[in-house]
Amino acid sequence: MKGNTPTPEKIMQALASVCDPEIPVLSIIDLGIVRDVKIKNNIPEISITPTYTGCPAMKVIEDEIREAIRKEGLEDVIVKTVLAPPWTTDWIGTEAKEKLKAYGIAPPEKSSPDKSTLFGSPKAVACPRCASSDTEMISQFGSTACKALYRCRTCREPFDYFKCL
Amino acid sequence: MSSKNKPGNDLFLYLLRLGDTSLVLSHRLAEWCGHGPILEEDIAMTNISLDLIGQARILLGYASRVEGKGRSEDDLAYLREERAFYNVLLAEQPNGDFACTMVRQLFISSYQFFLFEALQKSADETIAAFAAKSLKEVTYHLRHSSEWVLRLGDGTAESREKTVQAVNELWMYTRDLFDMDSVDRNLLTAGIAPDMNLVKEKWEQKITGVLKESTIPVPPSDAWMASGSREGKHTEHLGYLLAEMQILPRTYPGASW
Repeated sequence: MKGNTPTPEKIMQALASVCDPEIPVLSIIDLGIVRDVKIKNNIPEISITPTYTGCPAMKVIEDEIREAIRKEGLEDVIVKTVLAPPWTTDWIGTEAKEKLKAYGIAPPEKSSPDKSTLFGSPKAVACPRCASSDTEMISQFGSTACKALYRCRTCREPFDYFKCL
Repeated sequence: MSSKNKPGNDLFLYLLRLGDTSLVLSHRLAEWCGHGPILEEDIAMTNISLDLIGQARILLGYASRVEGKGRSEDDLAYLREERAFYNVLLAEQPNGDFACTMVRQLFISSYQFFLFEALQKSADETIAAFAAKSLKEVTYHLRHSSEWVLRLGDGTAESREKTVQAVNELWMYTRDLFDMDSVDRNLLTAGIAPDMNLVKEKWEQKITGVLKESTIPVPPSDAWMASGSREGKHTEHLGYLLAEMQILPRTYPGASW
């Protein structure tokens, strides 16, 4: 400790520099992974929640949080994982959705769980490259747990869709 | 075992049952890695496997805390023997062909779907949070397998034949999903676990609907049924699965990388 007094604001600022290792254009704040920041006896206590239960990035994210806090001159930090309320794609903000689109990933449509279980018609997802809505789903499961695989019938490019959860 | 149960032991056993089912099924699906019939399905099955590993970690991690004897989630996964595993029999059944795996997925995903739906109201906060979280993922698993069974059952003569065969072979393991013993009944009284008879009703309705739409005959209700997972009695397949899953930590205790 360099006599540095942590405040929730300072900690949030530091966390804004921590990016999701699989979607490096978004910070863990953008994604809504950080749920709470408290300061107890000068030690920051950060609550994070996984996007998917098996998200392999959680350990890396925790390590990067510790590193970011260390850069603020603080040695001690407590990182807690919470499950409730369950993470939803609705926590991804408008600005973050624009960043996703610019990165080539179609952002999740508003209002999460797609209840249709049997051949439910998927929502029209606009192509992040040419904005055409003439797209089709190739697979509900894509390169990471949070994405589905789509193809644009207009520009013929395949793309990832950040699926609703 | 149940006669000498302390209250915490019921919860511990219940968590092992749920966690072992996720863990063993996750391992089975991971066996498809690099062997899927098409790349998208290879990715889909391993994605589902990953969700299941996430479930297993939460459940076995919680089981470890409930037990409080210093056994970690990894110790529980890698250092228990076959008879100390309580996963449902269906989860350990071999992958067979793609139709067989999809039918097994349909049966287990609907089981998890209706079970987790009920567990969202569990009096145990950790279980309720787990269920609400996992239900969202299982919804995708269920849709995936439902669509495939429909496509295969109502597909070519060959795909239909394989799907009918898979349903007939796996049907005998479906009652084991809903068996209740003293652990289930004690936790039902405590408001922690649901009545499996109600879960079963919803499951049957769902499965009958999908099979009918797939033109697959529903097996007769008086078909012979296997049971035993509640007591750790398994089919011959689990031992081989555990041998493969556990060999590394057993050969190199404490190995890390």
